[in-house]
Amino acid sequence: MFFLIIKRILLGLITLFIVSLITFVGTEVLPGDACTTYLEREAYGAALEACYKRLGLDIPAHERYLSWAYNVIQGDFGYSLSGQMPINEVLGPRVKNSMVLASAAIIIGIPLALILGIITALWRDKLPDITISTVTIFAMTIPEFISATLLILVVAIWLEWLPGIVIVPTDVTVKELLPNIILPVIAIAMIMTAHMARMVRSSVIQVMASDYVQMAILKGVPYWKMVFKHVLPNALLPAINVVALTIAWLLGGVVVTEVVFNYPGLGRLVIESISNRDLPTVQALAIILASIYVSINLIADLLTLMLNPRLKTLQIRK
Amino acid sequence: MSEIIQKVKNLSVGFKSQKGHEISILKNITTNIKKGETVGIVGESGSGKSTLALAMMGYVKQGLFKMGGECIFNSFNLLNMNNRELEKIRGRKIAMIPQNAGQALTPNLKIGYQIDEALKLHTNFNKNEREKKISELLNKVRLPSPETIALRYPHELSGGQQQRVAVGMALAGNPDLLLLDEPTTGLDVTTQAHVLELLNFIAKDTGTSMVYVSHDLGAIAQVSDRIIVMYSGEIVLEGPARDILKRPIHPYTYGLLNSIPKLSLAGLPGSMPGSQPQPGTKKEGCSFYDRCNLAEEKCKKNSPDLEYINELKTSVRCFNYKKLLKDKSKKQLSTSRNEKNIKINEILNLTDVSISYAKQKLLDQILNKITDTNPTVKDINIDINKGETIALVGESGSGKSTILKSIAGLLRTKEGNIKFNQDRILSNDLKKRNSSDLRAIQLIFQNPDESLNPNHTVEEILAQPLKLYFGLSGEKLKNNIIDLLEKVRLGKFYMTRYPRQLSGGEKQRVAVARAFAAKPDIILCDEVTSALDVSVQAAVLNLLQKLKEDFGTTYIFVSHDLAVVRAISDRVAVLYQGRLCEIGPSKNVYKFPSHPYTEVLLGAVLEPDPDIKPKLVAEDIVEDKPPEKGCCFQGRCPRILGDKCKNETPPWQIGDNGNAIRCHINIKELENIQNGN
Repeated sequence: MFFLIIKRILLGLITLFIVSLITFVGTEVLPGDACTTYLEREAYGAALEACYKRLGLDIPAHERYLSWAYNVIQGDFGYSLSGQMPINEVLGPRVKNSMVLASAAIIIGIPLALILGIITALWRDKLPDITISTVTIFAMTIPEFISATLLILVVAIWLEWLPGIVIVPTDVTVKELLPNIILPVIAIAMIMTAHMARMVRSSVIQVMASDYVQMAILKGVPYWKMVFKHVLPNALLPAINVVALTIAWLLGGVVVTEVVFNYPGLGRLVIESISNRDLPTVQALAIILASIYVSINLIADLLTLMLNPRLKTLQIRK
Repeated sequence: MSEIIQKVKNLSVGFKSQKGHEISILKNITTNIKKGETVGIVGESGSGKSTLALAMMGYVKQGLFKMGGECIFNSFNLLNMNNRELEKIRGRKIAMIPQNAGQALTPNLKIGYQIDEALKLHTNFNKNEREKKISELLNKVRLPSPETIALRYPHELSGGQQQRVAVGMALAGNPDLLLLDEPTTGLDVTTQAHVLELLNFIAKDTGTSMVYVSHDLGAIAQVSDRIIVMYSGEIVLEGPARDILKRPIHPYTYGLLNSIPKLSLAGLPGSMPGSQPQPGTKKEGCSFYDRCNLAEEKCKKNSPDLEYINELKTSVRCFNYKKLLKDKSKKQLSTSRNEKNIKINEILNLTDVSISYAKQKLLDQILNKITDTNPTVKDINIDINKGETIALVGESGSGKSTILKSIAGLLRTKEGNIKFNQDRILSNDLKKRNSSDLRAIQLIFQNPDESLNPNHTVEEILAQPLKLYFGLSGEKLKNNIIDLLEKVRLGKFYMTRYPRQLSGGEKQRVAVARAFAAKPDIILCDEVTSALDVSVQAAVLNLLQKLKEDFGTTYIFVSHDLAVVRAISDRVAVLYQGRLCEIGPSKNVYKFPSHPYTEVLLGAVLEPDPDIKPKLVAEDIVEDKPPEKGCCFQGRCPRILGDKCKNETPPWQIGDNGNAIRCHINIKELENIQNGN
């Protein structure tokens, strides 16, 4: 077990290294750089040279990568080119904002998805299943930029209940942020919940058809006891990994929703720094998002391992 | 007359087809189960036997519904009760022992918890009493150290142990009626014999009534007082077990018994043509009409009723049963196999073959060091003659399939070599074997459902080897395919069918045809009949024998079924834990002197005859790994001598009948003890 954790962490670190390499090479081969963007038409001659010198772009690429990597390991992502401030300071509030958005979506979405998934499975092909399944499939198929825009149109513009876009400074407190996040959370949670509910449904249905559930019925186990003792623990195990992927997606990748609502989170920062050719920030974001993915998946795998007696003994025997 | 506890009256169960027709899979079943008796329900797959057993618990599988009739247990009308009421009867009055205990035990709950759950539901014991009862139950089903077993998860037990746990769990509520749905199918022969013996003991000890559902007449014969034979959702024969097995008066039962290979009988079993009609396809007449050799014109139009014959205490559904009644000859029909003397003309030599599943550590690989001193398969020396059928026999884990895979090149041997046609050593690496060597060795797998590509038609399946090895195309290819189908007795119209449109027997025929398409010298048969019903098994065995005689092919036949092996093979090699125990002509391997392991296996074989009881010689233990040194069978051997067996590898001894045995006991002495028993 201990050995396995070490092995997985090492593998995760290798993944991160490869990600950093790919982003570095990728940004390097693209035409244009921070100085040409910053200087626009004056990007020639002495002004350009001076800019390169100031930003350290005159050093060979591999040396730049090494010194950058060395600093990253120590927790220093360097300076943002466009904002002219340490990236750590740019990232801090953004990470916090994204965390607020993601946790709100998770707190609402995961329990809701479990409940809906279980209801649809237990009442399979009956009215509750048909209604909920229709709604979830609908929610799954609408892209978030459409559902988000519709939400703004109905709730913010027609009904005027909530603000349509988020107009707050980046370093706002959580308390001030709260009323603003309601609509983005709904937009995100809709898709996420629908996906997870479908997944839980099929998993529960599969377990309900198994020999051991039939055996439990024939043993005289009351229905709800059977559901909670024999069905759910076995049905929800495979759901852990899906939940993990969803969380990882939430923390990093809700780019579209953040842009639509003008939400000051990591996703919008990704878009901003790419269009500004702010390469150090792009690299920092890539590393951060990749480590979120890697660590959340690692946690999910270990959780599955701990909860599944079958896998547990297999590992010990090895 | 003892009291009736379960009454099934005019029960019909069916499903709605996609077009909305109601199709019955149980038709008008009426029968009674008496207190304390064991009733065997036998039939081939699809005969409705499991559906009947489940209905006796008031359970109808999803997708099915009751079309009429009732199941009355004591005074309860089970099929009209709601779930809450049924919960009080299930597990307490009627308990189920499932087919595959490994899948029927909930994987995330410990054994102890699952038994405790049944006790909590159906008894008034307090916690301490329940704990004691759990140990008591596990003890009763003869599991070693009940306290530790209770703390394990289902997957940590062997198949036999899981089945015992399921029996223990069923006994927790002290039921009046036990339903057993193929409880020993899928277990090793020795384990199966032990579980049956346990069930017999429990029936006697507790006086519980049992309904034993199985396709295996051998197992049914060992436990039942009365037998019900089902065909196509109907009872076709019902009566005292002994009479039914000794003098079957329904043509289906007669054919069924005939198609079971028996140890005492050389030669291939007689086969029954055709297969059971699919539910909903048969409109009028007797459902067995198509396959019956006594059928007459009236059988085609009218379906016979179940007729009770007083003097035999037997019910039979046949117009012509009297013909079978008169037939006093007890002789079983069997086609004798053409056992011409096989000339010594070796085609395949296995020399000192060892195979290991252990992964070599990276460092050892670099240093080219052999780490696994105790490989899964070790020291296999077999010389196989052209045109011979040699069988590899053993329980699961004996390495028989592993050896097949190595011959086919799917698995690398670790040591030793495999020589083909006396002149060239087959490469260890499949990619390095040339096309003609690949063609020369073909495989037929156990389960045709998995070995035939479901998206290919029969034509495409058979075309592949023909294109690959002979480059055929166009008209020539097509004629060849038709030719092949004819050889396995399938019509031309099968070409356009997909595997899912074929029955189990037909699929296996296609698999056989595919193997023969390559015109191979050797065909490796891996449990080819294990997934088939007995009547189909007999037909496939006969087909294989016919093809072999026509083409002079050599078969290497892997099976766990000693009787099947007896029927088809010329020579038998008995394996235990990947080591050879005994090898010899099949007519002699089954005679003493035998290796103690062969003796154990032979003792556990179940014959469809209530007078032949299995002899349980060795303990039913599952060994994970072969022992490091000494005899491979030392852990279970009933005749173990002591330290000699534990430390020294036993020598080969050859008996007068050409039988080679690897044992420390002198072969003459062995013969004396074994015949004295």
